[in-house]
Amino acid sequence: MAKKLLLDKAHVPGIRSYEVYRKEGGYRSVEKAFRLTPAEIVEEVKLSGLRGRGGAGFPTGMKWSFLAKPEGVPRYLVCNADESEPGTFKDRYLMEFIPHLLIEGMIVASFALGSNVSYIYIRGEYAWIADILENAIDEAKQNGWIGKNILGTGFNFELYVQRGAGAYICGEETALIESLEGKRGNPRIKPPFPAVKGLWDCPTVVNNVETLAAVVPIINEGGEAYSKIGVGKSTGTKLISACGNINKPGIYEIDMTISVEDFIFSDEYCGGIPNGKRLKACIPGGSSVPILPANLLLTTAKGEKRMMNYESLSDGGFATGSMMGSGGFIVLDEDQCIVRNTMTLARFYHHESCGQCSPCREGTGWMERILKKIESGKGEMKDIDLLWDIQRKIEGNTICPLGDAAAWPVAAAIRHFRDEFEWHVQNPEKCLTENFGLRHYADPIHVAVTA
Amino acid sequence: MIKFSEEKLKKVSEIIQRYPEGRQKSALLPVLHLAQDEFDGWLDTPVMDYVASLLNIEPIEVYEVASFYSMYNLKPVGKYLFEVCQTGPCMINGSDDIIGYIKTKLNIGVGETTADGLFTLKTVECLGACGYAPMMQLGKTYREHLTKEKVDAIVAECRSKAN
Repeated sequence: MAKKLLLDKAHVPGIRSYEVYRKEGGYRSVEKAFRLTPAEIVEEVKLSGLRGRGGAGFPTGMKWSFLAKPEGVPRYLVCNADESEPGTFKDRYLMEFIPHLLIEGMIVASFALGSNVSYIYIRGEYAWIADILENAIDEAKQNGWIGKNILGTGFNFELYVQRGAGAYICGEETALIESLEGKRGNPRIKPPFPAVKGLWDCPTVVNNVETLAAVVPIINEGGEAYSKIGVGKSTGTKLISACGNINKPGIYEIDMTISVEDFIFSDEYCGGIPNGKRLKACIPGGSSVPILPANLLLTTAKGEKRMMNYESLSDGGFATGSMMGSGGFIVLDEDQCIVRNTMTLARFYHHESCGQCSPCREGTGWMERILKKIESGKGEMKDIDLLWDIQRKIEGNTICPLGDAAAWPVAAAIRHFRDEFEWHVQNPEKCLTENFGLRHYADPIHVAVTA
Repeated sequence: MIKFSEEKLKKVSEIIQRYPEGRQKSALLPVLHLAQDEFDGWLDTPVMDYVASLLNIEPIEVYEVASFYSMYNLKPVGKYLFEVCQTGPCMINGSDDIIGYIKTKLNIGVGETTADGLFTLKTVECLGACGYAPMMQLGKTYREHLTKEKVDAIVAECRSKAN
């Protein structure tokens, strides 16, 4: 059983309430943090090796240390709770069931960063969770953890929940800031980075929900202890939201030392694939990251067991690897059609493109139309090359990473499943009633042996 | 005359207090949610103009935001809005069948409202419920692990509430 740092109390009855949360040891990290200086807290987080849990995996302590501190200018901490990456539903779980964990982490982080007013920007659809958070904030306030001169330290702190209104792009931190300012979610050109010029042009740190929650065990147990969990630069624990064709979809906290194979097939985690079906493919880190066929998913191109951590999941680069991303783990069995799956993702990115940059605005819709054409048996061989060409022209040519996020799933699908696309073109009628199936996608990989 | 209730107006000033002075435009998204809840589930132009006046911003600043975010309805919708997710993980778990079933059952297409004004069907992209697919949003709640039987029950529940 892996060590749990975030969800160890998730099943305690009543843990959503302040009383139970406090009785179970909640808010200890705030008491401890107030005995440290803000700089010492940032140091602990650096020491922990914590990497941003929203998808990019950037070291959190480093992000915090970039925050500009000009005299007389307020600084802000904003929690990114705009969880919208297909396959990802972990932050929702944390906020819905242990809301005080996020609040506790935000008090500590706000103290460390010198933010006297912080915001939780939550996706608008999670309306009932916004209510849960607001109730929890009220409880924290009544018990003296939020407000003026907290615990007599002289630190004043307010925390507010802001609901978005349906826009994936607002998960991008500068789009989120624009949205919090009451505007369309158009990402900003960087630099300047939010650390210098963010919310209302003030220095701002934007962190994911899980990242801020992880600050609690880091302060409680110490950065060094945290860094010893996991492997290499994948320290601590990671929440994985598992979905698709598995027996036990849900949220799992892993310590990043288990293999992808064990994660999918062991009873402790996904519990294998239903109805005796075989594994065909998987998108291991949210819809943006490259899809991998079963063989490359379970074994790297070097022939090693692939593990559930940042380094191993990206081993082989995009040629033969993928990414940890947001931890949105989507499993596809042998009956799934890669063309159709890719089409729904292209439709998603088309729908979510903010429209600022023409490669993304035009390219995402173009890819969706071509994929629909191939999926409905009307594709031509040259469409596959055209798709490849379009995605390549989107990647790297946009203000924000949504362009890359839209390009990568299409690129990876063609890279690894080109014969399935060709089969659709060659079998325009059959592809409407039948699927390509598993074919060779689970066959052992030939590993070249160097002399 | 479009005007919030006293209670809602109090809520609006509470929301504005969350931001520094002069940054009341930040209240736009939350206030548009309040407005949509208050005025029949959609944002007619006079409603948006009213929101602009409350926040002391230009109407165009409201229109451009209202038209950007998918949760704001710029056309009238039925009393019950079925927003069914159709992205990858939901598709894998049969969202197409659920959408098809709702269309047949209510005899409407996507984006349409039933003649009695009770139901509108909308398809949406990923709502963050991938492990509980297929699913839809109904008001402030998520309805998950949808089956045809569950859709029947939800429709019946809405009809009985409406009567």
